Amino acid sequence: MDSSKYVQLEHVDMVFSTKKGPFQALQEVNLNIAAGEFITLIGHSGCGKSTVLNIVAGLLNHTSGVALCADREIRGPGPDRGVVFQNHSLLPWLTCFDNVYLAVDRVFAATESKAQLKQRTQEALAMVGLTHAEHKFPNEISGGMKQRVGIARALAMDPKVLLMDEPFGALDALTRAHLQDELMKITAATHKTVIMVTHDVDEAVLLSDRIVMMTNGPSATVGEILKVDLPRPRNRLALADNPTYNHYRADVLRFLYEKHTHKEAA
Amino acid sequence: MWKERSLGLLAPFLGLLGFVLLWSLVSATNPQLPGPVSTWASAVELFKDPFYQNGPNDQGIGWNILNSLARVGIGFGMAALVGIPVGFIIGRVKFFNDMLAPIISLLRPVSPLAWLPIGLLVFQKAEPAAIWVIFISSIWPMIINTAVGVSRIPQDYLNVARVLNLSSWKMFTKILLPATLPYVMTGVRLAIGVAWLVIVAAEMLTGGVGLGFWVWDEWNNLNVEHIIIAIFVVGLIGLLLEQFLLLLASRLRTE
Repeated sequence: MDSSKYVQLEHVDMVFSTKKGPFQALQEVNLNIAAGEFITLIGHSGCGKSTVLNIVAGLLNHTSGVALCADREIRGPGPDRGVVFQNHSLLPWLTCFDNVYLAVDRVFAATESKAQLKQRTQEALAMVGLTHAEHKFPNEISGGMKQRVGIARALAMDPKVLLMDEPFGALDALTRAHLQDELMKITAATHKTVIMVTHDVDEAVLLSDRIVMMTNGPSATVGEILKVDLPRPRNRLALADNPTYNHYRADVLRFLYEKHTHKEAA
Repeated sequence: MWKERSLGLLAPFLGLLGFVLLWSLVSATNPQLPGPVSTWASAVELFKDPFYQNGPNDQGIGWNILNSLARVGIGFGMAALVGIPVGFIIGRVKFFNDMLAPIISLLRPVSPLAWLPIGLLVFQKAEPAAIWVIFISSIWPMIINTAVGVSRIPQDYLNVARVLNLSSWKMFTKILLPATLPYVMTGVRLAIGVAWLVIVAAEMLTGGVGLGFWVWDEWNNLNVEHIIIAIFVVGLIGLLLEQFLLLLASRLRTE
């Protein structure tokens, strides 16, 4: 297997049938993602970045083209791809522990003992620093903590690829920064391949190995891909004055606001 | 704080007082209708020995209440056993929804007592016919509310189930059931209300031991005090059932 093409999208089209007729959301999306790479998808709202993510997640079936993960065709959701949802999507009637356990149970129950499953759950919660809250219910914890549980749930399945749909979009700036730092630590430790949808330019530059900038829909596609060549571990304070960082940042801004200004925003 | 609480009790007290006054006034101008005082005296007498047995047509108020409750319990219980699963199925599978929706829309508005002759015909006995009426009139709210609950499960939860690749059983116990429980409980509460509403009328027609038959019997004896007492007893038990189910629903609250 070619590890530079762990996730592979070739000529992917996505057409939704709506009441007003077919709507072409994506056209000719080509993207190769290497194992261990951190990719962000950025673009104006409605550009189909979540659609791309959902195709990789297996939640949407692309209309034509090829979508592969580890050289296998993506035919639906699978435990090799963990998903972190935009609005955490925790089940409110289960404790944080049970929310994570549900995922662990599904993937490992066939091969592991109850004690091992429990340990995996606790490890996942420990990784996001939530050991103390494992017996709390989602409505008893803050928005940032809920999103951490969502991340723990995805990580607990030990997926090869972590798919994140604007995971920090609903959080305040300080919490968001904190979680970004933790996510960087986790991915450094686990070497997960990450695909993250975001509309936050700073987040994209800080976290990514490559930034995939998408053109506006309908018929959205990959506009440009920016390789972010900054050494890791990255420190947001040090990078604030780093000319290379600011150069990348300007590149993304230029793409979003000069070349592909959102029609409605203009 | 103390002042607020006593004010809060004042309004319902005034309401009850007004009701009793109005009742006294009407009974004063209409000597056929017993007033609150004679009704109270009669009630005290009646509840002194609620469980006497004097042949099949003369039993204590306690037996009447228990028999009515038992019929409601059986009819409603069977309706729940059928109605809630049916609600889940039509909420989940569009085909069954399309298949059953016309029948449900057609039968739901039918007055409960219209089902009694059918019950008498099929079962040939009064007792199962009364239970049948309870069953058929209390099943609709449970089917409909459960189905609505199932169809309103947030897409997020369904996506979680797909991403985690949950088995059908886990999907049911961890997502479908807890997410629909509040709707199911609302259906159960409405159904119990309907069942209790219908039982008095059904028993009036079918006879036997029970509050409805008792009312009819006392009407034939022209013992109006007992009829008024029956009205209060029916109302009070209906209220208690409702409160009990509200309490249960808040205990089962999942969010």
